[in-house]
Amino acid sequence: MQSSSSATLEIVNGVSKTIFKCGGAWTLNYLRDIALTLEAYPAASSITWDISDITELDSAGVALWHLYYRRFENMGFFSEIIGGKEEYLQLYNLLYSHPQKDVPIPKDTGWLFRLGKEAYLSLQGISIFLKFLGEAFTVLLYSLRHPRIIRYRSISSHIITAGFDALPIIAVSAFLIGVVVAFQSIVQLQKFGADILIVDMIGISLTRELAPLITAIVIAGRSGSAFTAQIGAMKMTQEIDAMKTMGFHPHLFLVWPRVIALMIVLPLLIFFADLVGIFGGMVIASTQSHLSYIEFINRLQGALPIKHFIIGIVKGPFFAILIAMTGTYRGFQVSANTESIGQYTTKSVVTSIFLVIACDALFSILLTELKI
Amino acid sequence: MSPIIIEARNIVTYFGENLIHDNISCTIREHEIYAFLGGSGSGKSTLLREMIMLEKPSSGTIQIFANDISHLSLVEAQELRKKWGVLFQSGALYSSLTVGENISLLYEEYTDLPENLIRELIKLKIDLVGLPQHAIHLYPSELSGGMVKRASLSRALALDPKLLFLDEPTSGLDPLSSRQFDALIQQLRDLLGLTVVMVTHDLGTIHHIVDRFLLLGEKKAIAEGTLNEVLAINHPIIDYFFQRKTHGIKS
Repeated sequence: MQSSSSATLEIVNGVSKTIFKCGGAWTLNYLRDIALTLEAYPAASSITWDISDITELDSAGVALWHLYYRRFENMGFFSEIIGGKEEYLQLYNLLYSHPQKDVPIPKDTGWLFRLGKEAYLSLQGISIFLKFLGEAFTVLLYSLRHPRIIRYRSISSHIITAGFDALPIIAVSAFLIGVVVAFQSIVQLQKFGADILIVDMIGISLTRELAPLITAIVIAGRSGSAFTAQIGAMKMTQEIDAMKTMGFHPHLFLVWPRVIALMIVLPLLIFFADLVGIFGGMVIASTQSHLSYIEFINRLQGALPIKHFIIGIVKGPFFAILIAMTGTYRGFQVSANTESIGQYTTKSVVTSIFLVIACDALFSILLTELKI
Repeated sequence: MSPIIIEARNIVTYFGENLIHDNISCTIREHEIYAFLGGSGSGKSTLLREMIMLEKPSSGTIQIFANDISHLSLVEAQELRKKWGVLFQSGALYSSLTVGENISLLYEEYTDLPENLIRELIKLKIDLVGLPQHAIHLYPSELSGGMVKRASLSRALALDPKLLFLDEPTSGLDPLSSRQFDALIQQLRDLLGLTVVMVTHDLGTIHHIVDRFLLLGEKKAIAEGTLNEVLAINHPIIDYFFQRKTHGIKS
């Protein structure tokens, strides 16, 4: 610690052997230059390491010496050491008590193997998810026959966090969507002098498609990720194991309260988004096209059949079950390492948004074919 | 007497309203294996955390290598941190890195050694703590509890520190592994000239390798000294802690 003298290495070439005169502190911070010298040294005869001038030695010093001792030996030049102190020998014995051998880094497997493995894992993932759903519904059926065991308190607390607390962000998103749609369509409609049709445009597109979709996406990002992170953290701290040993079924305590809460809350949020979104459109219609609020609402009563509104609301529970099931399922997949929690939260959000969009497309096709 | 490495004077610690340490002092000398003892919640881990600058005492001074750690510039603090290694209770290995990468991180950040020497050093440190060589390429989640402790110790030893802090090194290990770990610590102390400061509950560790210790209880330092010195004192907490007259250590 006290020594500020750096490490030195002096190479004295003799007739039949070379002397390496080592001195100073052969410690971690001073070894770089010596390592480079040794690396560049072309061994041509046997070597004597004179280490009597070394003032301080640590494991890095010993490692450096041994590394090149081995290299020169492999080249056929043997080394001897002179001037070593007892404590250096002890340190050496401690560090090199066993023969060192290299362990190869586990080899990268071929692309075909990885492709096969990925495919197998995805298929396995589907079967694990089905198992998860199966277990969830078994528990649901059981709890329907014994309604006393349903966690009503937990459901209501999730209604607050996933629903009520989401109102501001839903309001802002829906309002902006209303504004954007109104702005874009009013420009086109004005070309035909059909400004009044903005009401049909806003009314139908928002209630039937946009409000449910935007609400579901915001909730997937907000609550789906939270579900995964909450359950994942519980998994890591063995809380879920603890629950199981106490006979608290995780599906009953963790999954269904979240799923049911979201199924109750999402239709309500969609209704709220409908209102705010249409209001956003109304604001734009009145400022850009001088269509008063009264006229807008009068027109809306005639232009928006109730079925579009109902279709939008009915999508709610379906989206909710997709988001909540994906979120909780991903939470249970979290393993013991800290990285997996972030990994599965990402997966949860990506999967649930994809599923919501896919489900929406399915609704579209189905309802169009049924001519609703 | 060997020089003083750590000196804590009149440490008082509050967590909010809650008094943890009431005027605690202790002195740790070079080459000692020194332990903080005490029941759960007696503030021994907090004292350790204050020494490694993770927490600040409410009042009192701690001097390490003759630096007052509450008055250090960023650079001085950084230099001081390189002189010690810390083994956390749960290992605290970075879970996204393999054991080898956990160790090489320190060399890459703090030294300019060539890569072949770093690889050699990692192998040495792994071997030093008694881990099999193939553990280098394993991730922390693939290790058993005892292996995690050893891997974490090898990381703590990476920069050849002169001072080693251990937070409950033998907790979660079986009795045989605990004694092996004790022997390892003792051997490292003897050969690398370390000073070891640990928090422990393990009476075996105290009996076998600890030179001197500080017993904490009722928010105060009850006693400081060697096992025999402390056992000579008559105090209910000492009796309780060493289970005198029941089945504990006989003086």
